[in-house]
Amino acid sequence: MSELPNRPIKAYGDREGDGMVQLSFVLRIPPSVRAREAAKRFAESHGLDEPLVTTMEEAAEGFSYFVVYGHSKHTVNPGEIEVPEVKTSVMGRDVIEKRIKLLDRKLVVVGACTGSDAHTVGIDAILNYKGISGDKGLESYKGFEAYNLGAQVENDFLIERARAIGADAILVSQVITQRNCHKENGEALIEMLKAQGLREKFICLFGGPRVDHALGLELGFDAGFGPGTKPSDVASYLVDRLCPAYDDEAPH
Amino acid sequence: MATVPLDQAKVDRCRELAASVASDVQSFIDKHTTVGVERTILRALGVDGVDGEGVSVVNRVIDRLHGAKVLGRGACTFIASELRAGAESVQDAAERIAFGDDVDLNPGISKDETEAILAPHVNAALLRIDTARDERSAFRASFPPSPEPHRYVIVATGNIHDDALQAKAAAKAGADVVAVIRATAQSLLDFVPHGATTEGYGGTFATQENFKIIRAATNNASTLYGHYVQQTNYSSGLCMAEIAWMAAVERLDMLLNDAMYGILFRDINMCRTFVDQYVSRRFIARAGIVINTGEDNYLTTADAVEKAHTVLASQFVNEAFAKRAGLKDEQLGLGHAYEIDPGIENSFLLELAQAQLIRQVFPVHPIKWMPPTKFKTGDIFQAHVHDAMFSLVGIATKQSIQLLGMFSEAVHNPMLADRYLSLKATRYVHNTANALGDEIEFKADGIVANRARQVLDEALAMLEEVARDGLWDAIGRGAFGDIKRTRTGGKGYAGVVERSNDYVNPILAALEAWS
Repeated sequence: MSELPNRPIKAYGDREGDGMVQLSFVLRIPPSVRAREAAKRFAESHGLDEPLVTTMEEAAEGFSYFVVYGHSKHTVNPGEIEVPEVKTSVMGRDVIEKRIKLLDRKLVVVGACTGSDAHTVGIDAILNYKGISGDKGLESYKGFEAYNLGAQVENDFLIERARAIGADAILVSQVITQRNCHKENGEALIEMLKAQGLREKFICLFGGPRVDHALGLELGFDAGFGPGTKPSDVASYLVDRLCPAYDDEAPH
Repeated sequence: MATVPLDQAKVDRCRELAASVASDVQSFIDKHTTVGVERTILRALGVDGVDGEGVSVVNRVIDRLHGAKVLGRGACTFIASELRAGAESVQDAAERIAFGDDVDLNPGISKDETEAILAPHVNAALLRIDTARDERSAFRASFPPSPEPHRYVIVATGNIHDDALQAKAAAKAGADVVAVIRATAQSLLDFVPHGATTEGYGGTFATQENFKIIRAATNNASTLYGHYVQQTNYSSGLCMAEIAWMAAVERLDMLLNDAMYGILFRDINMCRTFVDQYVSRRFIARAGIVINTGEDNYLTTADAVEKAHTVLASQFVNEAFAKRAGLKDEQLGLGHAYEIDPGIENSFLLELAQAQLIRQVFPVHPIKWMPPTKFKTGDIFQAHVHDAMFSLVGIATKQSIQLLGMFSEAVHNPMLADRYLSLKATRYVHNTANALGDEIEFKADGIVANRARQVLDEALAMLEEVARDGLWDAIGRGAFGDIKRTRTGGKGYAGVVERSNDYVNPILAALEAWS
């Protein structure tokens, strides 16, 4: 891996510092010479120098679709920004199983898509045996007892189930994000747990395509998991939080 | 033309097994009704409107009858009894049952008497459906037929007026079919919202007024752009039958409608769904609406390589149920999808095999071809190529209806430009490879032919098992979509009612007698 640059960097087109980016957007004007100029000015106001309008087409009556290339003058210094990250390093299946064994019981996990969300792709990938991209779900581990409640589960039902089965962790998946309903659903669960004095009883994890660790923390969860998360990432996190360390496998 | 080897004896055996599976369930259906079915019948008779709290009159009527444990006689019994007692109209009769203090909930009225009293209203109800169907057909016939696959796009703004604008934009860009995707929670509502709606998560509520607004927009677009634009919505969830009726009278062209989707993917009780799907399809049959079944969804929860045969097996089952509800083959848009992991070597050939197999097994059915979703990552550039490969299979195997892939699939509900670019790319692929299917042949013992054989064999084996265990138990052990459901579990079970000996439903009877 290359070193983290501690200096402002620009977008990379085909040479250092050219700042080249592509941008596509729609403006509510029919295509015309004026529309092309408007697209150019629009790109300039986004910080693009010498914008080149490469496409202008009528995408609908009175709407023009544009593709623009230009040199962005903006920079970013990756060394100066703070990004909360889930700190656990990913463990192998053996290590996960061994560390749960030290507990002398199974780790009980319950997951659901809450609120109106009907998209179980995420929670299924993490919990169900099949998993995703060859990384098998928590169901496939001897040490995990995983309950997938599926879609459109109400928060109070989720909490009730979590209590009934003695869950160690609650996993919430939110795929639908229209008007930030994923945040509202997630926050409502945490508030409900707090009101019932149960927040500390469970490790609460938040996942979905528009989720990151920072958002998870912001909403009051223990962690947030975004796109590309594998079941072994979640398993490792839970083991790290709940199971004693294994002697010859000190966490690094 | 490119074909895969197809053992017709095996296909026939699959149909036979599916028929026995559906017949077993049909004997349950014929003995039951549901709150949703009875509300539908009231709507068909002309009951409309909401009360001061915004609750539909049909819900008030049925809740009262169900609460009094008399719904097993059928709502028609009570409407007829109130008409006999002096109600001025069906609406007045319904309002008396819903809100009146002195309603006779145990009327001494025979089936014959009910039928006689309701006869003119039943005729009016049927005429309304037939008129809407004929109007739609006549308008459609005034345009040249669109070439297949019909290009189907989704709009989903949450605001019906924005949807109408987006629908017209899509029509201009070449869409043949526009679906207004439904608010995600609607399938679990045991009522249909009323009026035009401008707020919805994940989509827009299906309401009768919203159907009207989109029909006006798509008809307007048809006239403006010179090609007929079909309208579709969702006859699924706890109100699938009510929505089927609304679609029938508001002249929709297609409906998402599946015999098992609600059970599997919305955890709706199976008794409820089986009864509701039957009645919804009786209305759909009469209205000449094309259904789209939801087998594509199996491949979002189960693996598309290992479980490809479950799609085919389910299509046979959906077909068998549909036939029992009077639908014609030309109305059966059986669904399937391009959902194999694109990282698998030669996955394109496996997709081709499946699509071709299904085309041949269901030759006159308007097969619905669904785009990749599961392996879309948010890399819109890669996704655009992924969709192009999907379109290539669609044209090469002559699919009938193709829902267009959206490169922004994993990102957000499609934006105007997303649909525009998708339609543009699809037009390119369909045009550039228009006669591909007629030009190629598959190697007799190649990857495609062998895969098609394997999928048919596995579907047959699965149907043998389902027929042996019965559909109830097969669903119970996760045969479809890897999802397990129980006979009395799931939502809406409380709304299932056994028909009493004097159950009467002259509208359903008329639909059943029609062919």
